[in-house]
Amino acid sequence: MSQTAVADSDTGLPLRELARRHGLGVAGRLPTLPEYTGKLWAYRHFIAYYANAKVTSSLGKTRLGSLWQVLTPLINAAVYYVIFGKILDTSRGIPNFVAYLCTGVFIFGFTQSVVQSGIQAISGNLGLIRALHFPRAALPLALTMVEVRNMFASIIVLMAIVLGFGEPLTLEWLLVVPIFLLQSIFNAGLAMAAARLGSKVADFKQLVPFIMRFWLYGSAVLYPVTKFQSALQDHPIALKIVEANPLLVFIDLMRHALLEEVPLASTPWLLWAEAIGWTLFVGIGGYIYFWRGEKGYGRG
Amino acid sequence: MADEREPTVIVDDAHITYRVQQSGSASSPLAGFKRIVTGAKPTILREVHAIKGVSFVAYKGEAIGLIGTNGSGKSTLLRAIAGLLPVEKGAIFASGQPSLLGVNAALMNDLPGERNVVLGCLAMGMSPAEVKPMVKEIIDFSGINERGDFSSLPMRTYSSGMAARLRFAISAAKKHDVLLIDEALATGDAKFRKRSEQRVRDLRAEAGTVFLVSHSEQSIRDTCERSVWLESGLIRADGPTDEVMKEYEAFVKK
Repeated sequence: MSQTAVADSDTGLPLRELARRHGLGVAGRLPTLPEYTGKLWAYRHFIAYYANAKVTSSLGKTRLGSLWQVLTPLINAAVYYVIFGKILDTSRGIPNFVAYLCTGVFIFGFTQSVVQSGIQAISGNLGLIRALHFPRAALPLALTMVEVRNMFASIIVLMAIVLGFGEPLTLEWLLVVPIFLLQSIFNAGLAMAAARLGSKVADFKQLVPFIMRFWLYGSAVLYPVTKFQSALQDHPIALKIVEANPLLVFIDLMRHALLEEVPLASTPWLLWAEAIGWTLFVGIGGYIYFWRGEKGYGRG
Repeated sequence: MADEREPTVIVDDAHITYRVQQSGSASSPLAGFKRIVTGAKPTILREVHAIKGVSFVAYKGEAIGLIGTNGSGKSTLLRAIAGLLPVEKGAIFASGQPSLLGVNAALMNDLPGERNVVLGCLAMGMSPAEVKPMVKEIIDFSGINERGDFSSLPMRTYSSGMAARLRFAISAAKKHDVLLIDEALATGDAKFRKRSEQRVRDLRAEAGTVFLVSHSEQSIRDTCERSVWLESGLIRADGPTDEVMKEYEAFVKK
């Protein structure tokens, strides 16, 4: 005999019916959002361990090892100090320009590196995805954790720089904690969205550097925010759009917390409202967007 | 009667397609532009129809061998049953969560073996408390420490056999309802093969249903009473191992 009947020969039932009768689930079915969240929570140890392992393995071959976590932001800041603080000696109407600049560079760099690694979260781990079961959101989340850890070191360095350039230590510095938290959640959402986009369209990865460059110039990292106000005087709507940019909001808030005299895009209260709004929208939106694609991640 | 035979895996007219993005050999920026303007289908996006409508039912207590020549879709089918590859058309139903026991589980090459063991166990859904006592057992089973303390060295320093043994040891550490084994028995030297065959027998005793993909006729004959013969994405034969094997051998010899 070379063929067995397609339907179950004993009962003559269609296969679909047979599966239903015995309560079999569809393999690779999309779980509901609460189910998925529960699964993800059960994998929290995996996420933490994976993030940890990623840091170790990325620095494993270097001689200085984890010292790089502190050295990288320090060198980064040194570059900007040499160019803008020493050579060009620009202040552009801002009292403490180097501290102002470093805050912007560090906060922007946090989101930038999360997007860059998030875009490859799925496409760079296909081996793992095709071999094992776990909620795929664990991957972009773990990569976000890696950057959160790096940013933690960066913030300490940043604080030292700001203090070193003569800013006083005030109670407002405590605001760094909620800002950091909001930006981390915002970044996690962004990483998940980028992961799905990157898994579907590989071309997207080529565009990311340009998108990030555009975003950098739109976030008033290298020059004061007031520059937009004077440049876009006659275009109030365009100005509103530029000033609603989430990264500009996070950078402004951080500058407001760490520095004494800074020009802001708008009042602190409005900035906080915008930051919370963006965090909720991108955090939840990115998660749902990623979850909707869960079934297709093994393909490719 | 039908009620005594409880189905654990039902494959209902499953189709699986891989989409392969190729970097075209004769592709120039101009050609790419032309493609976009004319709306032609990109020649570099090719579809590989790996499984073309496969149906069968596996019951509790069965061990099923999947045989077929290279590229016939055996491993693809296993991955789809495990829910790791989405089906294009049709459906696959399974009781519980089928687990794929492969030697391909990618681990982190820059990490020491020990930490890869923990990572692999956590990725299979174990809790840290469950993992802790397992680590030593897994490393002992894999036998990578037989020639000195290799478990604390990065995995990139391992020989391919050692790495494969460690991967097998990790994935064999968990109990499964439906167990899918992909060539795992062909790993390592004779000594390790003996140990792994014993482990698979133990796992089989606990699992409801076992699928085995192998090119070794002997291991299929030893473990499976039923066999499914796949050829270019279609079932050529499905029945008792002896009969299917006979047909398959006749086909291969041609």
